[in-house]
Amino acid sequence: MNAVETNGLGKRYGNAWALRECTLAIPAGHVAALVGPNGAGKSTLLNLVVGLAAPSAGIVTVLDGQPAGSAAALDGIAFVAQDAPLYRNLTPSEMLHLTRNLNRRFDEGYAKARLRDLGIPLERKAAKLSGGQQSQLALTLALARRPQLLVLDEPMAMLDPLARHDFMATVMAAIADDGLSVLLSSHVLTELERVADFLVLVSHGSVQVAGAVDDLIASHRVLTGPASEADAYAERQNVVHAQRGEAQAHMLVRIDARTGPVPPGWEAHPVSLEELTLAYLREPSAAWLPGPGALRLEPIEVSN
Amino acid sequence: MAWVTWRQHRLALAGVVALFGAAAVYLLVTGLPMHDAYRAVAGCRPTGSDLCNKAVNDFLRTYAPGVGVTFGLLQAIPALIGAFAGAPLLAREFETGTFRYAWTQGFGRARWIVAKLVSLAVAVTIAAAVFSVLVSWYVQPILDAGDSNGPLYPTLFDLSGVALAAWTLAAFAIGVFAGVLIRRVVPAMFATIASWAALAFVTGAFLRAHYLAPVLTTNPNIPTGAWIINQGWFKGGNPAGLDTINQTFAPVDVRAITPNLFQPGPATPANLGDPVQYLIQHGLTQLTTYQPASRFWTFQWIEGGWLLALSLILIAATVWLVRRRAA
Repeated sequence: MNAVETNGLGKRYGNAWALRECTLAIPAGHVAALVGPNGAGKSTLLNLVVGLAAPSAGIVTVLDGQPAGSAAALDGIAFVAQDAPLYRNLTPSEMLHLTRNLNRRFDEGYAKARLRDLGIPLERKAAKLSGGQQSQLALTLALARRPQLLVLDEPMAMLDPLARHDFMATVMAAIADDGLSVLLSSHVLTELERVADFLVLVSHGSVQVAGAVDDLIASHRVLTGPASEADAYAERQNVVHAQRGEAQAHMLVRIDARTGPVPPGWEAHPVSLEELTLAYLREPSAAWLPGPGALRLEPIEVSN
Repeated sequence: MAWVTWRQHRLALAGVVALFGAAAVYLLVTGLPMHDAYRAVAGCRPTGSDLCNKAVNDFLRTYAPGVGVTFGLLQAIPALIGAFAGAPLLAREFETGTFRYAWTQGFGRARWIVAKLVSLAVAVTIAAAVFSVLVSWYVQPILDAGDSNGPLYPTLFDLSGVALAAWTLAAFAIGVFAGVLIRRVVPAMFATIASWAALAFVTGAFLRAHYLAPVLTTNPNIPTGAWIINQGWFKGGNPAGLDTINQTFAPVDVRAITPNLFQPGPATPANLGDPVQYLIQHGLTQLTTYQPASRFWTFQWIEGGWLLALSLILIAATVWLVRRRAA
């Protein structure tokens, strides 16, 4: 079962494509991180997934084939938008009541217990809660709906480090309890590295990398060797991105049938998720996209 | 959903009730003494005597101007409801981003907007309908006294019968539609007031006079309470200006200041009688087009009908935009 599946998905605002040719399958049961620079199309993709925006091209389905935005999709997805919008003049207790009235399922006991544990006063207007409390309230409302898929758009952008930690702890506890799928976006990768086991990298309106984090790590490595030899090996080593210093060069290489053995005088290291993401972001023409069926490799270039 | 609508819009609903309540208190406080005064005037016997006619005229001179001002102010009610209850309904959701919360709940955005719009539209319409009953009570003595402005007079017509409820509903629908189009609270409020004002002006000044073909008469005695649309003098089939009227009046030294206002001079004979009759006897014809007061309810249902249709179209368009409009 796929939590999210897109095929040729595109969204155009006026004449500009915010997202185009997006074909993607995120299996259920994962914490999928949607990363990319600001303006890359992350929010657009999330809006399409939760049904707030309608596609200009292609299709998007969620929860095993339900059209995004359909009644079944809305029922099974909880979404926390960027900046956790809440009705400013309502109190947490009223927001609970509101959300219960707008959904078939709502675990009010869970929500109240969570807010109590977090020390969020139930009778204070949302406008007077701190940014961290507002985010936690929005997340609690979403989790109390007992969704199959939780979608979070830049959930931690407004939070200080402690609040970020608390926020992710809430998400991780819910995953452990309910086994829900999570799709969350961020332009800061480090905060997702600990939790994400699936990565979707978006840049310039298209998906550049999509895959399970374990697969990504296992199929890439970093080679370090003399800068003078870098060009010679670049072609043979299936290089995604090469970074050259005065003496040494670091090359992120993809391991597949075309990849040769580690050249003499070079060292191979496992790659971290952050290095891998940065390398692909610096190399917009490189892509690593296992489609719904087969692994699709785009031609790659080596830059200087 | 009823709780949701009530909790989120109770402030707007309280504002609507407060607005009508304040206006109602004002109408009661000024209306009760007016009713008492008219009871005294209406008890005058024998009716039609000079004394009784003077009492009626004094009553109208005392109370009619105040009623006119009051009705002028009450014209703003539908616009205020459209701007403060209608326009922010969706514009605030867009402005604060809360539509991203509301439209991703299991309830679904189509049902969400329909439930809100229907209950609020019904609430403001009922409030306006109740208030217009009070307006009708308030103005009754002025109409009974035979004021020259009858029930079809523009600022009274749209506050009485079904018109006030229909205008309030239309203003509310204009407000929510402006809100979904403009997506900003304050600009949507201004757009609502401007659109309502344009529609109300065009209706009062041009449309309403043609709901039914006006009555055309040469009889200078127009029935009491009629809404006069046009009145003018003709001679030999051509419009007669002030010059022609004054030429006709020259032998009796009467001067026409306007086609309806005549001033006798020092040489005017005391037995001239009605100057209008004098002009008619001397070859002029007064043509009047008017809507008789008896058409009041026909006009009310026509106006109520098309305003209801307009409101339903705007509400349907709002629902359609909410359903398809992207984030």
